[in-house]
Amino acid sequence: MSFVEYSDLIKDGDVAIVHLGHNSVTPVKVQHGAQTQTRYGAIRHSSDLIGQRYGSKVTCSKGGWVHVLHPTPELWTVSLPHRTQILYTPDIAMVTMMLELKPGSVVCESGTGSGSLSHAILRTIAPTGHLHTVEFHQQRAEKVVEEFKEHRVDHLVTVRNQDVCKDGFGVTGVADAVFLDIPSPWEAVGHAKAAMKKHGGRLCSFSPCIEQVQRTCEALTEQGFEEIRTLEVLLRVHNVRDVTLQLPDFGPDPSSSQASPQAMEGASTAASPNQTSLRIKTTTLPREMPGHTGYLTFATKPRT
Amino acid sequence: MAHSEDDYEYRIKEGDHIVLKRGDVYKAVQIQRKKKVIFEKQWILLDNVVGHLYSTTFEISSGGTLQPKEDEETQSSTDVKVTGTDNRHIVDDGKSQKLTRDDIETMKEQGLTDKEIIKQLIDNSSTFSNKTGYAQDKYIKKKKKKYENTVTVLKPTCRIIAMMYHGREPGKICHLRYDTLAQMLTLANIHAGSKVLVFDTCAGLVLGAIMERMGGYGSVIQMYPGGGPVRAGMECFGFPAHFHDMLHEFPICHVNALLAGKLDTSAKDPTEGEKQVKVDAEEEQNQPEAEQQEGSPQEENMEINTGDDVGQDPEKLEKEKRQEAKAQERKEKLEEKRRKLAAAAALLEGRNADGLVIASQFHPSSLLLGLLKFLAPSRPFVVYSQYKETLIECYTKLKEQGGTVNLMITDTWLRHYQVLPDRTHPLLLMSGGGGYLLSGTTVAFDHSKPAASRLAEEPAPKRQKVKDSEN
Repeated sequence: MSFVEYSDLIKDGDVAIVHLGHNSVTPVKVQHGAQTQTRYGAIRHSSDLIGQRYGSKVTCSKGGWVHVLHPTPELWTVSLPHRTQILYTPDIAMVTMMLELKPGSVVCESGTGSGSLSHAILRTIAPTGHLHTVEFHQQRAEKVVEEFKEHRVDHLVTVRNQDVCKDGFGVTGVADAVFLDIPSPWEAVGHAKAAMKKHGGRLCSFSPCIEQVQRTCEALTEQGFEEIRTLEVLLRVHNVRDVTLQLPDFGPDPSSSQASPQAMEGASTAASPNQTSLRIKTTTLPREMPGHTGYLTFATKPRT
Repeated sequence: MAHSEDDYEYRIKEGDHIVLKRGDVYKAVQIQRKKKVIFEKQWILLDNVVGHLYSTTFEISSGGTLQPKEDEETQSSTDVKVTGTDNRHIVDDGKSQKLTRDDIETMKEQGLTDKEIIKQLIDNSSTFSNKTGYAQDKYIKKKKKKYENTVTVLKPTCRIIAMMYHGREPGKICHLRYDTLAQMLTLANIHAGSKVLVFDTCAGLVLGAIMERMGGYGSVIQMYPGGGPVRAGMECFGFPAHFHDMLHEFPICHVNALLAGKLDTSAKDPTEGEKQVKVDAEEEQNQPEAEQQEGSPQEENMEINTGDDVGQDPEKLEKEKRQEAKAQERKEKLEEKRRKLAAAAALLEGRNADGLVIASQFHPSSLLLGLLKFLAPSRPFVVYSQYKETLIECYTKLKEQGGTVNLMITDTWLRHYQVLPDRTHPLLLMSGGGGYLLSGTTVAFDHSKPAASRLAEEPAPKRQKVKDSEN
């Protein structure tokens, strides 16, 4: 297992994602002799996980069962321990495409936060790219280093514990793309420019408030960035439902009674008096959904 | 570091696939000498862009040749100081612009730059100085867009090509919006080193996007309907040659045979018997000589005539030779096809693919149920459809059949913003529909309980206590 390479079998030391049903997932560090408690009972790692194929069904001690999935950045995003507010998959997908990330890209990111976006970046830039990520909170920086090791992606990433607004990214002239998710991105735009390749590159800043966007756009213009675009992407989840709708009863239809007896017969079977409702398959939207995560501002650094 | 060498990959070369850009309009073309292309109602000649750096902006001069644009000092082209505060005295009498359409046409013919024309328009507008600063900006912006005569040459990327297709030819890509494509690539966990199945009738845009994300590592198997795969969109990316080594193709009409283990890839086409192939192989040795003698006219003829048997030549010898060459070419093509089919079949046979992406105008449920069989357990799949109803059916069938978890039907909204000092707001227009996605993850089939009911999707503990207390 690694977050950047699929493997078939679960091994000691892997991070596996346990799927408990109804889109509820939880990460498990696989260790010989260890046990994990779920609401369906305990999973014994040595017998239930190690050597099993990813995707297989595991019966827990209480007789319930779960599926064990291969880790992906997307599953990690919905199961990781939050140390900060995180970026979710719809925004991550947009960032990845609009920053033009691909294998070999060199990316700068700040702050690292809980590492939700970091894992997605690493997946995309492997095996030849590199991520330079900056987190000013020491504990968070240490924790994420540990996670990168566990997830076997540490060869692709450098974590720096410093203030990006004051000290920059710790690299200059190397990045194809820069991502900013910090409270005052406008203070880091200059450092972002310095971190980027002479030939140019792409920048993205994620901010929840429009005032932050405003100041960032001004700073980007000042620093000579081009193609400055702000956008927002919202995910809608459609739940599939069987819906039963009542049919109105207009009483007996005199016009149909004058029809031929054959047609009468047909009508009586099709719309029998006891068929008072109709079942349809449709989707419904959740009563409440995330209506705003953050504005994404993209820009191109021209060749300098 | 040597600068010129360092720059090599950033320079535009003959034969490169490039994207032309003006404003928000993109067009993908391949650079060929002396070839005229039409862009934004103008004929242009691309010869001059070769050797320049990517992202250079060119000015279109008469005859369609391009000249690199001189750097402008600042964007505030016309510094107007006098502004009004509101529009209470601005009357629409249709006479505010003193220049006539003919005047403007003459200016254009004289080859005035957009800046000069705009300056003329402003100088001859009686209301311009009464407009508010914001309205003046807007006026200039609008005119600039109209009279601008420049084009920027970009290196193609997934972002640009997806935006281009969505803007120019949404019908060709089943109205797949670029943010939806972005979701697909992420949900399917597309990355270097995996083995991905693609069914793409979106002009090959999705295929290209996947290949870009895989960077030449791993393999992509394009499942195609009909006579051959469509790849126009993929070609726009201008991938290096080695990217094509990872690309395989497999016709969906052979899927059932392959699944049943009855696909014979050793002697493929029924129209071509083995004997014929052997005869052709013998003739192969004489072939190069014959071709040289005949020269290029014959080659041209061959291309036109492939698969057609109307040799009208008076000379028997020539006719024979031509038929020989034709048969030879056909044989080579068949052999190539057979080899490709065998290679793709070998990749599929393990039924251990790492991802499945479907984006087509076909009804997706049978496609999905069929192709899902080639996936290893615990792998993601994504199906795009312009219509939600088809995905509802897919969802229902997958639930009945089992073998998948995390099923979700989603769509995304994309909203663009104008961000300007004191004038920040969402853009007036947003895209109506970018299509729908069904995504999920495969799991091992449960053989003890076939045809799991809907309830069985949720793990059912023997003791219900925990479940009850959950909500």
